[in-house]
Amino acid sequence: MSGHSTYEPKTGVEKWLDSRLPIIRLGWDSFVDFPTPRNLNYWWTFGGILAVFLVIQIVTGIVLAMHYVAHEDMAFDSVQRIVRDVPFGWLLQSMHANGASFFFVAVYLHMFRGLYYGSYKAPREVLWILGVVIYLLMMATAFMGYVLPWGQMSYWGAMVITNLIGALPFVGDAIREWLWGGFSVGQATLNRFFSLHYLLPFVIAGVVGLHIWALHVPGNGNPAGLEIKDPKKDALPFHPYYTVKDGFAIIVYLMVFAVFVFYMPNVLGHADNYIEANPLSTPAHIVPEWYFLPFYAILRAVTFDIGPIDAKLGGVLAMFGAIAILFVLPWLDTSKVRSMRYRPLTRWFFIFFVIAALGLGWCGAKNPDDPFVGAIKFVHLAQFLTAYYFAYFLVILPVLGIIEKPKERPASIEASVLGEAKS
Amino acid sequence: MTEENGAPGGHGEEPTRRDFIYIAAGGAAAVGGGLVAWPFIDQMNPAADTLALGSIRVDVSVIPQGSEITVMWRGGPVFIRHRTEDEIAEARAVELRVLPDQDARNDNLPAGAPGFDANRVLRPEFLIVKGNCTHLGCVPLGLGANTGDYDGWYCPCHGSHYDTSARIRRGPAPENLPVPDYYFETDTTVKIGLSPEEAAEAGWEVADSAGAVA
Repeated sequence: MSGHSTYEPKTGVEKWLDSRLPIIRLGWDSFVDFPTPRNLNYWWTFGGILAVFLVIQIVTGIVLAMHYVAHEDMAFDSVQRIVRDVPFGWLLQSMHANGASFFFVAVYLHMFRGLYYGSYKAPREVLWILGVVIYLLMMATAFMGYVLPWGQMSYWGAMVITNLIGALPFVGDAIREWLWGGFSVGQATLNRFFSLHYLLPFVIAGVVGLHIWALHVPGNGNPAGLEIKDPKKDALPFHPYYTVKDGFAIIVYLMVFAVFVFYMPNVLGHADNYIEANPLSTPAHIVPEWYFLPFYAILRAVTFDIGPIDAKLGGVLAMFGAIAILFVLPWLDTSKVRSMRYRPLTRWFFIFFVIAALGLGWCGAKNPDDPFVGAIKFVHLAQFLTAYYFAYFLVILPVLGIIEKPKERPASIEASVLGEAKS
Repeated sequence: MTEENGAPGGHGEEPTRRDFIYIAAGGAAAVGGGLVAWPFIDQMNPAADTLALGSIRVDVSVIPQGSEITVMWRGGPVFIRHRTEDEIAEARAVELRVLPDQDARNDNLPAGAPGFDANRVLRPEFLIVKGNCTHLGCVPLGLGANTGDYDGWYCPCHGSHYDTSARIRRGPAPENLPVPDYYFETDTTVKIGLSPEEAAEAGWEVADSAGAVA
């Protein structure tokens, strides 16, 4: 909430600085005395967790770059050297590789939180759109980062994804060659992916700054979906109430992270990536990292031509469309009620949306021709779930906002908290 | 301030010198921006040394009839199959209308040539094609592993079947495996990366290859 500042510089140095660069005031107003709804639950802690993981990825990444060699003949061995020979390299590499997965777990929970509680609705559309931009940048960064170890999955994952660009009519081949810097995924590709993989996290950090700025204009949403009316009753200062709550969630999340880093560092990876990249031999079953699987399933679900669009281009358009649709979501949902707590019907469609997203992930990991149940193959399941994914945004949310009768909402954030305490 | 160098003209007024300066400055900035951006974009295209690695020489006499080899060219695989009479006959018996992709996809021929087997080879016994599936770039399996339902190649990634002319017959791949530029230097050596015309223009020896049936 933008309003009057409660910061009072106490020492002479603070006063001197405050009249020249009021940066302590900015921090105080943003993270100490920022009025925050008193009813935030633990789903609101993933923003802080994500900030921590961005820092973890940048710090571990910078030190890994001191040892990594971006050359097609040396990249694979240089990663093995990091793990085996560099002091604590095993720890830093494991933190970085598993950190990417935990980054995505947190971002998906953060996004589902936003979808359930209507965080994308006015006046927070720009906040939501900046979040989708961050998500896209994260996907680009993770994709290029996965290529760097130059294993079989690195190479063939890059091959499959860059070949998708070739599906674009007329310009596809030229753009693909431009991305590769050659006639195939090779040295030029690896080198530029390393450069961009180093750059993009800092771009993400910049957009995160905008994201927080856009958050602090209207203030936090909350589970009741109400705005703060009386800050004295509805809000609490960010510090100590939410620094402690976020801090606790961060510690619990880091404990789970540590279990993976120390006890099962490879469980989220793929065995084929311990084979050095070989342009002459394709692994039997190419799969992307788990966090891309739902989109990989959507890509492969389009097995038929749609008018002049052939199946390959159709799959590419569906995959990118699945993310692009998030940009216009604030204008697709017609309901004025933010929180699905008070939307008894939509809530069920949301729950099935989460199941569909997870189910698409499952389909993405499977061979499309494997049987699901009886004669129904995984490709059929993926087609059904893809249809639901798009219907949720294009049909269900626009229609339900008009026909659904929402439940009665509490009068204020304070009333929603006290009401819960009584019942 | 006088009218001609004063504020920009409103609706219906004569354009002023300031309007001209705005447009000229904006245009110069746009063109300048494009000229600055272009080197930063173009640097990502294949570099001169990458382009220079454009051609390789292969001794095809070592390939027994009924077998194939894979060579590396421009960072990717190229299949060279020494076809049997049966394989050639099978490829030639196929009617154009059953092909999902009826284009020859042969860099040695003008674009749009029909996809008859005769348009896919220089000498019928040697089929030379790029070895990345036209779907998503995987390397299809061939002789000794899995030749698919049409005795050519089978891509394990998403199940594309290619025939003995490396034309797509079934599966998600949209196009035939492309035929690279190549020519026969002698009866036993092939140069991949230059078409017979390009080689002849450069003044190099080109063995009789145009449609010569062994």
